[in-house]
Amino acid sequence: MVDTKTAPGQPERLQLLRVLGPAHIWALGVGIVLVGEYMGWNFAVGKGGMIAGLIACWVAGLLYTCVAMIDSEVTSTVAAAGGQYAQAKHIVGPLMAFNVGLFLVMAYTMLEAANAITIGFLLDTVAGMQGHSGLHQQPFIVLCIMFLAWLNYRGVLATLTFNLVITAIAFMAIIALFLSVQFGVSSVPLDFSAVTTDPMPYGWIGILASLHFGLWYYLGIEGTCQAAEEVRSPARSLPYGTMAGIMTLLIAATMTWYVCSGLIPWEYLGQAGTPLFDAARVTGNRGLMVLLFIGTMFSTLASANGCINDASRAWFSMGRDRYLPIWFGAVHPVYRTPYRSIIFLVPIALIFALGAPLDQVVTFSILSGLLGYTFMTFNMVMFRKKWPLDTIKRGYVHPMHPLPTIVLLILCATAYVAVFLGYGTQLIAMVSFYIIASLWFHFRRYRFVRRGDQFTMPWPRPEGY
Amino acid sequence: MAYKPPKQSFAGQIFDVITLLVLTVGALYLPLYLGLAGAAKTPAPIANPTWEALGQNATEQQQWAALGVTDPAAANDIITARFDYSFSWMALVVMAILVIGYFVLVVRLSDKEYRDVIAERFGVKKR
Repeated sequence: MVDTKTAPGQPERLQLLRVLGPAHIWALGVGIVLVGEYMGWNFAVGKGGMIAGLIACWVAGLLYTCVAMIDSEVTSTVAAAGGQYAQAKHIVGPLMAFNVGLFLVMAYTMLEAANAITIGFLLDTVAGMQGHSGLHQQPFIVLCIMFLAWLNYRGVLATLTFNLVITAIAFMAIIALFLSVQFGVSSVPLDFSAVTTDPMPYGWIGILASLHFGLWYYLGIEGTCQAAEEVRSPARSLPYGTMAGIMTLLIAATMTWYVCSGLIPWEYLGQAGTPLFDAARVTGNRGLMVLLFIGTMFSTLASANGCINDASRAWFSMGRDRYLPIWFGAVHPVYRTPYRSIIFLVPIALIFALGAPLDQVVTFSILSGLLGYTFMTFNMVMFRKKWPLDTIKRGYVHPMHPLPTIVLLILCATAYVAVFLGYGTQLIAMVSFYIIASLWFHFRRYRFVRRGDQFTMPWPRPEGY
Repeated sequence: MAYKPPKQSFAGQIFDVITLLVLTVGALYLPLYLGLAGAAKTPAPIANPTWEALGQNATEQQQWAALGVTDPAAANDIITARFDYSFSWMALVVMAILVIGYFVLVVRLSDKEYRDVIAERFGVKKR
């Protein structure tokens, strides 16, 4: 989807076509994130109990509402492909952009690995239900990652269109399960007795700790800004589409918590690999089981496919800007895809999908996302400071600044403590990784970067520089 | 005068690729592989478990059965496993310093690089 636009006296420049509206932005955001309802969120119940799981769902919803508000303003102004990576280049500097690029790659690659693990686990569960227990999950994990990488290698348009369809089916499956349970299809009744008998098994510290996996309900909604350059009216479409996506996910997340907490004992739910499918199993209704099996497969495949797409583009962009070896900036001569980046990320996804437990992989993905949300807070302050409201035309100005930034920063700090409770080593490992990578970039890699090319927006000189 | 970056050799690019791979796998996967990382959720199974002793009411027992677990002994570890949230304040402070220090480091070094970018894009500012 490229177009050529040539200004008088300027060389011809390829631009992406502006064809997307608010509905596409909504679909893009919900499509990436919906898998969070099918797996991973339930570890929040494991970390704090049923009530903690619900509070984490809503508090994380508030965090992501702040993310959506801030992101809508910056993205509708920095309407360039690459999303937060392009924002960081223009507002903070190259090293921050390199880190944001890595956040995106790691968050999406780990999410891809988590999706592949879930597919293997689901097939193992279903095989066991059919009397074929002990299925080897590894070949299915490898097959899933390799097949989706191959699809992305060959071209993206058809697969992403297909993604939208299968995401819609996965979303309808959640609604169908909720309505079916409400209308008495389940052979086992909803039971919320744990809410009264064992409401907070860990006390208040469990509520705090559960925020860690509460983020999983919405992780990736900020991916809507990746399409900023392809949106017809960024000022209207990005805020409407993103905020509508958050509202949809808040409703879906609450329904998911309600059905799963009512049908599954919280101790089981807190460690389940496929909670919505398990809820369908408890109903005893074969049709619902098949529907939620399909929903889980579709949501994980759609998400993994989107993750390969987004991670490889972020890696490719960094190669093109020489933040990474330029070798990664190559486009396939026939398929026009960033094929080297796609291939390079496959073994990394495989290593984690085959060798690490689901909750650990999910934690790595969440941590990279969390570091990215922390970046958004000071990025927003710097954006308003370097270009005050009257200096450049903004597509959208978010209200009540700096309140959303302050709330986001407080919630991010709380989420770091939540991850620290139970997963402190991973937190230290991840931050150490980014520190070493940053030093590597600044002292070795940056000399290969063309300075002036890092600022391409038609803005005036930033204040203070 | 615009900065002209050196051309990186093919061997140099390969070296950088390997460095990144080693960094990623070494920093993230090795702690998992060596068992240095992991959720501190430990089962505390009870002796002679029954559904009642494990605190499961009649509906919850039906739910366990629908999930394929009919023997309370099989659910013993799952039901009794708990995270250990005891922590040292010192470790929490170290974590906070690490995260804040990381962002301070990145923003300060970025600012140095950003000044190069702005100077090249807009010209050196006259005082």
